[in-house]
Order: sequence, then structure tokens, then C-alpha cells
Amino acid sequence: MNFDSGLPIYMQIVEIIKSRIVTGILESGEKLPSVRDLATELKVNPNTIQRSYAELERQNIVFTQRGMGTFVTEDISILEGLKDAMAREKVLSFMEDMERLGYTKDEIPDIIRKIALEGK
Amino acid sequence: MENIVEIRGLTKRYNRTEALKNIDLDVEMGKVVGILGPNGSGKTTLIKLLTGLLHPNSGEIKIDGHSPGVHTKSVISYLPDRNALYSWMTVKDALGMYKDFYEDFDEKKSEDLLQFMKLDKDMKVSNMSKGMKEKLNLALVLSRKAKIYILDEPIAGVDPVARDQILDAIIENYAEDSAMIITTHLVRDMENIFDKVVFLGDGEIMLSGDAEDLREEKNMQIDELYKEIFG
Repeated sequence: MNFDSGLPIYMQIVEIIKSRIVTGILESGEKLPSVRDLATELKVNPNTIQRSYAELERQNIVFTQRGMGTFVTEDISILEGLKDAMAREKVLSFMEDMERLGYTKDEIPDIIRKIALEGK
Repeated sequence: MENIVEIRGLTKRYNRTEALKNIDLDVEMGKVVGILGPNGSGKTTLIKLLTGLLHPNSGEIKIDGHSPGVHTKSVISYLPDRNALYSWMTVKDALGMYKDFYEDFDEKKSEDLLQFMKLDKDMKVSNMSKGMKEKLNLALVLSRKAKIYILDEPIAGVDPVARDQILDAIIENYAEDSAMIITTHLVRDMENIFDKVVFLGDGEIMLSGDAEDLREEKNMQIDELYKEIFG
């Protein structure tokens, strides 16, 4: 796997795991892959995965049980918050793109509605 | 963390050419260090000094607390940048040779690695492709329970499938109670497995540091940084 942005790899892996959680590939309470398995899957140094898991733990998105592994939090409010944060990020970046195309903030909801209705 | 390798003021000359100039370098236990640089930058000279195949003109190398010699050879497992096996050998012969030579050779591990690399024990070295020879040499090197693994250009000139198998074998056999030093100029393919990178150009360290810190600080991946330094 190639990581292309200017971000450290561990941060990019944090984003990959968050998106797996929000999209339901990893469910609430589910065990994350072992550090070594994920290292092999993504072809990165196990120390990097370790750092990603530590960062996710710091953000309370996962928790570690000694000798058992790392698990997705069962706290639904944290998972909802994660989903909201990702939606917010996507909307903000979309709005930035639209403003670059010349749309004002007020016009953006209208054009979304218009295009969404076309599909109906 | 404890340094398993410490290099201070290392200089090596061939006649009047300085191949390495005043190199300082530490390698911590449990880390994978990438030595990056174009051909002729001094990577292989550095490796040969670490493995005791060459002697420095000045400076000091300490490996596991010792200067290169009998002790350090016993703790280093070294993959040279060319095939080190005789062409008349079969895979089985090569395994036998390693078992005789190295006390720390783990037969079980070698069986697993050969299977992983899809190498048949009756195959002859002379009938192998470049990629297969590289996989066999690496399987043997990783089957030792060494403190330091030194891999000189492990993926140079091998096909993409063999390259992925080699990378997987390196990742899966990484151990916290050892360190790895890997040279390469194929930075894009390998950068994700390094904890620390050292950019070597014209025998000097142009830049070195924690790979993730460098990505953050320079706002680019190591491959782009490499192109910026050597491009």
C-alpha cells in the first residue's frame, strides 16, 4: 500500500481504521486485527501500527485488554461523534471545492437538492 | 532504548577516494533502519564495515558493545547484495550449510519461510531466477535468531510478486529483540517498513531521523524527500 499525502503513516492508518468503524466493517466491541496481521496487510512496520492503535486509544475510539487485544469502543456516543466528525470533514472539504467553483455558501444547499431530486 | 549499533566518526578511503566521510550513526534495538542513497553513495561500504569485511581508516564501530570481529559476526545475520550460495547446491544443501555454520539457525523457522516463499527443497540454485535466489538467501538469513539483520538491497532486480513476498517476510519476521539495517534505492517500495531513515550521498549523511517525524516535518513521504535530496 502506498501512502501519498504528507501525513505520517500512523495518522493515515488511524483514518483508515476510523473509516472501517464508521462504515461498519469493524463493529462496536469487535476485536481489531492483531498488530502483526494489520502490519502484513498494509505492508508497514509493526511499530507504526502500534502507534496508530495508541493514538486511537488516546482518542477513546478503541481500548486494549491486556493479553486479549484491542477492541472498538462500545460507547455509542463516541461512535456517533466519530461519524459526525467524519461527515463534518467531508462536508467542509466539499464546500471548499464548491466555493472554488464559484458557488456561495447559500447556493450550495440548493444545488445539492436540485441534483438529488434529478435522481428520483 | 538501548543502542545495538553505535558508529562514531567513521571514515573509509579506497586509495584517495573517500567512500565514507566521518559517519555518526546509532541503531536502537527493536528498530528497522533504512540506509537510502543512489548507487555509489557508500551504502555497501558501510555494510561491509559493519560486517567486518572491510576495516575503517578512522572512527569507531560498536556492535552489541564490541568492535567488528568474532563476537559481532555471531550476532549479525547478513544478506549480501549478491547471491552467496553455490550454483551446484539444492535448497536442501543450502539449509544444511546454514545449519552447520550457525548455532542460532532455527530449522522450524526455515521450513516455514521456505513454504511461505514457495521454494521447493529439491530445487537447484543454478535453475533459479534472480527473484527465487533472493528469496532463498533471505529465508536463510531470517532463519537465524540474530540480534542484527543486515539486508543489502533485498528487493533490487526482483519481480513484483517476489518483492511482495520479501517485504511480507521482513515484516512478519521483525522482532522486538533484534534490529534490522536495510539498504535500498527503491524507496517507494520499502519506506513503510522503516522506523528510521538515513540518507547517504557521496559518503556523507545528508539527513537522518525518525521516518514519521520527517514526514510530518517536511509534509511529504520519504520517497518524495529522497527525490528532493538526490534529484
